Amino acid sequence: MFRFIVSRLLQAIPVLLVVITATFFLVRAAPGGPFSAEKTVAPEVIKALEAQYKLDQPVWQQYLSYLNDLAHGDFGPSFRYPGRSVDELIAGGLPITAELAFYAMLVAIIIGVSAGVLAALKPNTPQDYVPMSAAMIGICMPSFLMGPLLVLIFGIWLEWLPVSGWGDLPGDKILPAITLGSGYAAFLARLSRGGMLEVMSQDYIRTARAKGLPEWVVVLKHGLRGGLIPVIAFLGPAFAGLLSGSFVVETIFQIPGLGRFYVQAAFNRDYTMILGTTVFFATLIVLFNLLSDIIAVWINPKLRHQLREGK
Amino acid sequence: MSDPVLAEGAIKKSVPQTEKGTSLWQDAWLRLRKNTFALLGLGVIVFFCIIALLTPYIAPYGYEQQNLMLGAVPPSAEHWLGTDIFGRDMLTRIMYGSRVSLMVGFIATGVALIIGVLWGTIAGYAGGRVDAVMMRLVDILYALPFMIFIVLLMVVFGRNILLLFLAIGAVEWLTMARIVRGQVLSLRRQEFIEAAVSLGLSRWTIIRRHLIPNTLGPVIVYTTLTIPSVMLLEAFLSFLGLGIQPPQSSWGLLISYGVETMEEYPWLLLFPGLALSITLFALNFLGDGLRDALDPRASRN
Repeated sequence: MFRFIVSRLLQAIPVLLVVITATFFLVRAAPGGPFSAEKTVAPEVIKALEAQYKLDQPVWQQYLSYLNDLAHGDFGPSFRYPGRSVDELIAGGLPITAELAFYAMLVAIIIGVSAGVLAALKPNTPQDYVPMSAAMIGICMPSFLMGPLLVLIFGIWLEWLPVSGWGDLPGDKILPAITLGSGYAAFLARLSRGGMLEVMSQDYIRTARAKGLPEWVVVLKHGLRGGLIPVIAFLGPAFAGLLSGSFVVETIFQIPGLGRFYVQAAFNRDYTMILGTTVFFATLIVLFNLLSDIIAVWINPKLRHQLREGK
Repeated sequence: MSDPVLAEGAIKKSVPQTEKGTSLWQDAWLRLRKNTFALLGLGVIVFFCIIALLTPYIAPYGYEQQNLMLGAVPPSAEHWLGTDIFGRDMLTRIMYGSRVSLMVGFIATGVALIIGVLWGTIAGYAGGRVDAVMMRLVDILYALPFMIFIVLLMVVFGRNILLLFLAIGAVEWLTMARIVRGQVLSLRRQEFIEAAVSLGLSRWTIIRRHLIPNTLGPVIVYTTLTIPSVMLLEAFLSFLGLGIQPPQSSWGLLISYGVETMEEYPWLLLFPGLALSITLFALNFLGDGLRDALDPRASRN
C-alpha cells in the first residue's frame, strides 16, 4: 500500500511539470501584455513595471525562476491586483469555492446515489425509468442554463430564495449548490445503478438472502459496499471537477470564489494569476485522483489482494 | 475433404457469406428498433439536421431582419417563439443558431474521432514500448484541467471558430483512443483473427474486413455520446463570451443573451435552452440505445 502511494505520487510529478511548462509558454505566447490595456502609461513606466515583474529577462530565465518560486510555494505577484500575490488571491477564493464544491457534492451524492440504488433494485420498471430519466435532465441541462432557470423560478417568480451572493442572505447557498451538483448527480446515479445491478446478482448477495437477512440489510450492508465502488472511484475526479468547474456557477451567482478569479484573470491576461490557478487546479486534480485510487483499493478487497500479489 | 482444391473452394464459398457481415448490423438494427427512446432521439436529430440544412430557404424571417418598433414580444401567431429586444424573430435566430451548434458538434467530434482512432489503432497495433509511451501520454493529458486549458487557448489565440473545433477535438480524443486501443488489443488475440491469418488473408484485408468492423460498434456509440458533450462545451464557451462571436450565433450565445434579459423576457432564455436540451437529450438517448444494440454484453449488466 505504501509503495503504491509513493509510486503514484512520483507519477504525478511529470504530469505537473507538463502542466506548468505548457501553461507557462502558452501564456507567454499570448499577444498583448498585461499592461497593454492602460495605453496612457508612459513607456518608462512600462519598462519599470516589466523589470519589476521580471518580464525583461529572457523567457527561459523567467521559466526557471518561476519554477524555483513555485518550489518554495510562491505563485508570484498578481499583474492585475498590484500589491497582492497570487497566493493571497487563491487563499481568499479557495475556501469559498471549496465550500460550494462540498455542498454540491452532498447534493450530487444524496440525489445521485439514492436515485441509482432505487433504480437498480427494480430494473426495467417505473422505479427504474423515472429516477433515471430525471437524472438525464442533469446531464442534458448544462449549469449555465440550469442556474438561470432556477434563479428565474425560485428567485424571481416565487421569491423563495436569493438570486445571488454567498453567505450574505439566508439560503443563498442552496441554488448554487444544486446548480453545480445536478450534473454530477446524474453521473453518480448512472454509476451507482450500474454498480448495484452488477453486485445484486452476485453469489454472496444470494448467500446473504439465503441466511434470512432482511432485505434492507442485504442492500445497505452487503450491496452498497460493492455496488458503490465505481461511485467512490469517481468521487475524487468529481470533486476536482466541481472545484475547477465552478466558475460558471460562480459567475452566474456572483460568488467571489477561485473560479471567478480565474475567468477574470483570463480576460485580463493576468499572467501569474492564470498560471497560478492552472497549476493549482492541476495539482488538486492529480491529488484527488490519487486519493480516490487509494480509497478504491482500501475499500475493495479484490484490488487490495491484487496489489499485494503484484508487489 | 482430402482434396486441397475442394477445400479451398469451400473456404472461398464460405468467406463471402461471412464477409457480408450484415448479421451484426441487422441484429443491432432490430434491437435498436425496439428501443422507443433511441428511435425518438434519432428522429429528433434527423429532423433538426434537416431544418438546419434548409434554414436559409425555410426560415420565416431574415436573420438580420430587425423591427425596432416591435421590440421584444412574447410568442404569437406571427412570431411563434417571440422576438428579441431588436424585434428579431426568435425562431429564425434559433434555426440559424442550430447550424453553428450542430456543425461544431459534428466537426469537432470528427476531429476527435480521427485523432482518437488513429492514435488508438497505432498504439494497439504496435504494442510494446510504443504502446506504453503513447498511452502514458494519454494518461498525462487526462490529468489536465481541460476546461481551463480551453479557456486559456481561446484567450491566447483569439476567438476563432477553427481553433474552437481544434481545441474541443483535442480534448475529446483521449477516451476514443483508449476505447479503440482496447478493442484492437483484444481483437488481435482472438481466434477469428488467427483463423483469418491462417487462411492466408493479407494484413490489410484482416484490418479492413475483421478489425475495423469490430471496433466500429464502440466507436459509433462513443461518437454519438461525444457529440452532445462537444455541443455542451461550445455552448459553454459561447456563454462565457469565448466561443462563437456575433454576428454569428449559436445556442450557447442565444442562452447567454437570454440570461441577461430573462426577468423581463423569459422566452428569450427558455426557447434556445429548450432547443439545446432537447438535442442533448436526443443524442444521449440515441447513444445509449446504440450501446445496447451494438454491445449486448455491456447492456445486460
